[in-house]
Amino acid sequence: MPSVMLRKDPEGKLTLYVPKRDLEDEIVSLEFDSDEKWGGELKLADGSSYYLEPIALPKLPMTVRVKRLVEAQ
Amino acid sequence: MSEMSREEVEALISEVLEVYPEKAKKDRSKHLTPNDTSLEQSKKCITSNKKSLPGVMTIRGCAYAGSKGVVWGPVKDMIHISHGPVGCGQYSRAGRRNYYIGTTGVNAFVTMNFTSDFQEKDIVFGGDKKLAKMIDEIETLFPLNKGITIQSECPIGLIGDDIEAVAKTKQKEHGKTVVPVRCEGFRGVSQSLGHHIANDSVRDWVLGARDDDNSFEQTDYDVAIIGDYNIGGDAWSSRILLEEMGLRVVAQWSGDGTLSEMELTPKVKLNLVHCYRSMNYISRHMEEKYGIPWMEYNFFGPTKTAESLRKIAAQFDESIQAKCEEVLAKYQPEWQSVIDKYRPRLEGKRVMLYIGGLRPRHVIGAYEDLGMEVVGTGYEFGHNDDYDRTIKEMGNATLLYDDVTGYEFEEFVKKVKPDLIGSGIKEKYIFQKMGVPFRQMHSWDYSGPYHGFDGFAIFAKDMDMTLNNPCWSKLAAPWKKPESADEAIAASA
Repeated sequence: MPSVMLRKDPEGKLTLYVPKRDLEDEIVSLEFDSDEKWGGELKLADGSSYYLEPIALPKLPMTVRVKRLVEAQ
Repeated sequence: MSEMSREEVEALISEVLEVYPEKAKKDRSKHLTPNDTSLEQSKKCITSNKKSLPGVMTIRGCAYAGSKGVVWGPVKDMIHISHGPVGCGQYSRAGRRNYYIGTTGVNAFVTMNFTSDFQEKDIVFGGDKKLAKMIDEIETLFPLNKGITIQSECPIGLIGDDIEAVAKTKQKEHGKTVVPVRCEGFRGVSQSLGHHIANDSVRDWVLGARDDDNSFEQTDYDVAIIGDYNIGGDAWSSRILLEEMGLRVVAQWSGDGTLSEMELTPKVKLNLVHCYRSMNYISRHMEEKYGIPWMEYNFFGPTKTAESLRKIAAQFDESIQAKCEEVLAKYQPEWQSVIDKYRPRLEGKRVMLYIGGLRPRHVIGAYEDLGMEVVGTGYEFGHNDDYDRTIKEMGNATLLYDDVTGYEFEEFVKKVKPDLIGSGIKEKYIFQKMGVPFRQMHSWDYSGPYHGFDGFAIFAKDMDMTLNNPCWSKLAAPWKKPESADEAIAASA
């Protein structure tokens, strides 16, 4: 359960940052993307994916705990 | 020597690694690579932020160096106690040339060394009492200090002293900020973790101090300079550009900075991050907690400076953008004359860099403005995200080396034959004796500032002074000179 930071980068793209691994990558797909249910499976540009327990649309940036689903190759 | 191809660089790397035992070779080969500009992520080509191999000469520092030496040390109105044996504080004292305004020993303390000077009995019975007494003594002798930080050296963590408890009691007793920093040298693989620990201690002990205090008058143009350590006056030559543009610089972190500036930073509108490696942690925290956006900028060389100034101005309204163009127009003839003067003398020269923090990528633009080419670069303690940013700055098939060892660096220089090397003091005399012009790029070789347009003039002069110094042709004894040189002298006589 790594602690990660979700933020919008200057171009407005949603990114996920894992401080312990210096991993900062774009989130290419989000399972749930509505105001009241937001999160689920987060797919990253490098192929890895994380699971965020769905929450109401948060104010970014925000530090959350997520579950690692698929490692990057 | 002309440009090397990708295969040649790979061959060079494997040739240099040939002397290592099998295991070491495998480990080190992950840290050395030819650059591939097509890659988006550096982790596909280079490994970084890993423990150095035992037995090699690494150039890295420790967590204490990262916290006391880099992040906390330049905060001028606080006293930074090197808590532990005397050496760590004494041998790192005043070496980084963080300039500041103030009267040393009265209201500024950067170049002084405060240490608890641990003896055997402190190791055996614990040093908390000594630390408490020391803080009291500091209050008596230097009453104008604004706060104290306790920078732990290795033994503190090993014997399990409770410096947080001492800090809390003394904070109450004296009514001043006392920050315990758990930056014992053995933590982490390099000074990089020291930066992180220091950032976290700022977050936990300093940043929230004025959250409920709205007496500070704010404007829409408040910014903070984050990660500029004012080496040789760098932060000052950056600050004037921002101020001329109409922005108000509320805080400098941490070169020539003060405790109250740090406390006021949560009230700014934008954080400008120069050294990403050492201060991104606190910037990210401020973005999350206070909603302050942050952006990276680069003030080395006129091209990058102008680019960064426009990028900064774009975050504000049109009046700032107009003033930004005025500032750029004002300085344009100034830096153009510098380029006109020095570019012909430096054109086409090749540089190899091996430094830390932001410089391995940030100074590339400044060299390119002078017509020089950076053929190799590397970080002492960079992480993946640093290399992500470097890949795009460097040419294809140039050398990238992470945590390079003394041996590897020497061999690379022998083969690549650069015209100039920029690295630290430990490398300086080795390469000078090998006959290669060298600039010490940690503290600008006792020169500086190098930031901004004013700094660029000094940068160009320094590079010219070093590269075109007549001494480099006098290194070989007259009787060992090749024949052709003799004839040339005879002909000119």
